[in-house]
Amino acid sequence: MLTLQINGRAMQIAAEPDTPLLWVLRGELQLTGTKFGCGMAVCGACTVHLDGAPIRACVTPISAVGTGAVTTIEGLAGPEADALQAAWTDVDVVQCGYCQPGQLMSACALLRGNRAPNDHDIDVAMSGNLCRCGTYPRVRAAIHAASVAVPRQ
Amino acid sequence: MKRRTFVLRTVLAVGALGVGWSVLPPRSRLGDGDDIPEVSGESALNGWVKIGTDGHVTVIMSKSEMGQGIHTALAMLLADELDADWAQVRIEMSPIDKIYNNIVTIVDGLPFHPDDDGLIRRTTAWLTAKTMREVGVMITGGSSSVKDLWLPMRQAGASARAMLVAAAAESWKVPASEITVSAGVITHPSGRRASFGELIASAAKQPLMGTAPLKDPSQFKIIGRPTRRLESAAKQTGKATFGIDVSLPGMLHASVVMCPTLGGTVQSFDGSAAQAMPGVRHVLSVVGYNGGTAGVVAIADTPYHAMKAVRAIPVVWAHGAMAGVSSADILTRLSRTLDSATGHAYYKHGDVTSALAGAATRVSAEYHVPYLAHAAMEPVNCTVQFKDGHATVWASTQVPGLARRAAAKALDIDEHDVDVRVQFIGGGFGRRLDVDFIGQAAAIAKVANGAPVQTIWSREEDMQHDFYRPACVSRNAAGLDASGKLVAWSATSAGQAVLPGALDRYFGLPGVPLDKTTSEGAYDQPYEYPAARVAHEIVPLPVPVGLWRSVGHSHQAFFTECFMDEVAAAAHQDPIAFRLALLTNHPRHAAVLRRAAERAGWGTPPPATTDGLRRGRGVALHESFGSIVAMIADVTVDASSVIRATRVVTAIDCGFPVNPNTIRQQVEGGVIFALSAAFHGEITIENGRVKQSNYHDYPMLRMQDTPVIDVEIMPSIEHPEGVGEPPVPPVAPAIANAIFAATGQRLRSLPLRLS
Repeated sequence: MLTLQINGRAMQIAAEPDTPLLWVLRGELQLTGTKFGCGMAVCGACTVHLDGAPIRACVTPISAVGTGAVTTIEGLAGPEADALQAAWTDVDVVQCGYCQPGQLMSACALLRGNRAPNDHDIDVAMSGNLCRCGTYPRVRAAIHAASVAVPRQ
Repeated sequence: MKRRTFVLRTVLAVGALGVGWSVLPPRSRLGDGDDIPEVSGESALNGWVKIGTDGHVTVIMSKSEMGQGIHTALAMLLADELDADWAQVRIEMSPIDKIYNNIVTIVDGLPFHPDDDGLIRRTTAWLTAKTMREVGVMITGGSSSVKDLWLPMRQAGASARAMLVAAAAESWKVPASEITVSAGVITHPSGRRASFGELIASAAKQPLMGTAPLKDPSQFKIIGRPTRRLESAAKQTGKATFGIDVSLPGMLHASVVMCPTLGGTVQSFDGSAAQAMPGVRHVLSVVGYNGGTAGVVAIADTPYHAMKAVRAIPVVWAHGAMAGVSSADILTRLSRTLDSATGHAYYKHGDVTSALAGAATRVSAEYHVPYLAHAAMEPVNCTVQFKDGHATVWASTQVPGLARRAAAKALDIDEHDVDVRVQFIGGGFGRRLDVDFIGQAAAIAKVANGAPVQTIWSREEDMQHDFYRPACVSRNAAGLDASGKLVAWSATSAGQAVLPGALDRYFGLPGVPLDKTTSEGAYDQPYEYPAARVAHEIVPLPVPVGLWRSVGHSHQAFFTECFMDEVAAAAHQDPIAFRLALLTNHPRHAAVLRRAAERAGWGTPPPATTDGLRRGRGVALHESFGSIVAMIADVTVDASSVIRATRVVTAIDCGFPVNPNTIRQQVEGGVIFALSAAFHGEITIENGRVKQSNYHDYPMLRMQDTPVIDVEIMPSIEHPEGVGEPPVPPVAPAIANAIFAATGQRLRSLPLRLS
């Protein structure tokens, strides 16, 4: 049995060490907000944070996670996350919504490292997250809106 | 009575009944709500709405939400007529019932020209509508939902409101005409007031109000206001349940590998190694269901165990009819077909042959488009539990009734022993109008001894076992007189037809001879040609083809609007002025085109370049699904021939705009969806196998490639028309025409690549 730190809690995991984190989250832990899209780290639907950095859960075996803190969309919190989710609502970003947890995880990692991203910064941070519905203009607008709204410490 | 007299009388009586039936209007779609499940304190007032004693209003939803915002738009229609409090509105998926059958999408599928208002068209449409009311199916597709339910949702809201008012009038002993309703509260000038929740129990005892007056559009409080979608919070927090997120106690997981040759079968397989792997419960083969391909399956305790096990099954495949088929050969064959075939003419006007012969200038061109995959972000999946002769299906589907039929057939049980629970769809685009994966998942669940089984396809299986947008070739010719006026227009395309295969997969119907989707986008456009012939030659091929967002329009708009641009250039005329001259009797189309041109600054050339980029601006106008879209695209081309779309300006006339917010979303998203196809989309087939397998070799537009998208919704009080698909068709031709403006090169094949 492995122990993983998921959304601030230590979780005992029965899966074999080579199992991708995605399938442990979605199956054993029933955290289905993290989505399966491609299985080869090209679509970003499975983006979660490992010690705050965005990673692709579909190609990350749990053996590689170690004692790192994993955050999924269900555990996403803090001033940047709140500002982003409020901006997502205000701009009404989502369409089918399938890719949106991944979009929000990438956007949150961006804002935590860069309080005022410009369009190029957003392009770089978000280029790994596909959206087949085409919400990109609203994702961009919501990130800009959230960057203004995050309270300055 | 003599036998002959009896026969004659019977024939006359049946004939009279038939005539009588045919002149009666279609039966009301209101329904009595008896089949709507109610939790404690809830009462259904008809088949579309129930209200709780706490005042919540639950809209019964017959359409699938796949990103198009339909749950919100339809709830707006009902809530406005009900005068409900929008904050109290919830959504619940409907059961399968005839009142929810989609009538509009079938009527709109009849092969008439949009300008045809003749008796034959009106009679056919009337009889089709009546028939679909009785024997049709529930479909979310064809950009038809708002158009189909514009009146039924409003009538259901108005009827429920009238029952609440009648209950208040009875209780307060006042005339109903003195009562007013606003935001879920019913009041009388005497000071009496009650909430919906307080009145629902007595309202439910009132007689069903078959007809209730509808609001004049000037009285709308919700309809027409930009409204945020109802389910966005759930989708932003990961709580929304898509088909793939269904999680049930004791659920097993299945993974599938299908024959790489489309339509192939399993000759033999050895499941012993897979069966011995950890967590594996069952290894089996499945045939192809509803047009799908046969394959092998592993069922295991977890998805990952199933995925690993299914790859460990050695299989000998029988490759079937597709063996040896290549998409390159198909495109060559389609082109050669047009050397001799003249096709079925969907539109004819005047004598195009002599008009072409007499023209001062003749222009001709041949265009090609490839097969395309849907590639929705949520991979194909379905969950089925088969227990004690009864099945429950949880699925992301656009066709719940057809899904029920497919599961029943695969399990050899009665349709009434199947329940279908429609989930949020992680992108449909037409893929989830097919039910191959439903029949397959049902057959897989049959071996699981009553346990629910979730079948998930890998991205590779999803991309390589799709029902593709057909490849198509078109030859166009036009004639101009000496003054540059268009005198003749001819377009003949060749390719597979989508509908015959789909009807066969759904109902086992033999091939229908005509399919207007083959020529839609070419034959049904508003241009007033002095002489024209628009035709399509159906070429039967074994490649599985299906309905892809905007169907025939997706490629016919490329042929029509690129060629229109070529003809305008040959006439030495401005492409917009050239089009406007052909739209003198189509003021709505002309207005949309003018509006887009104004917004884009058509008369002002793109800014001069200092960066070495070549710039160009192109236009396209297209009508589809009842809506008119004009698009002006700006592109840049760099020194290494890389093309970028920098701005797309759009004007859309979709009739009365029910929810301007989601209409804008659909236009923005439709542009991006179509740009992916224009720049990247190409499924190639070699030896019967699809070469592309995932998003690395079937790429999509990404954030950094996305142009500025400007949207104007034309004000209108006409009947609402389609929105989900109409923004897609004009994108590729607007971009191709902009590339010509930038480079002088005509690109006549998709995807767009400069040599």
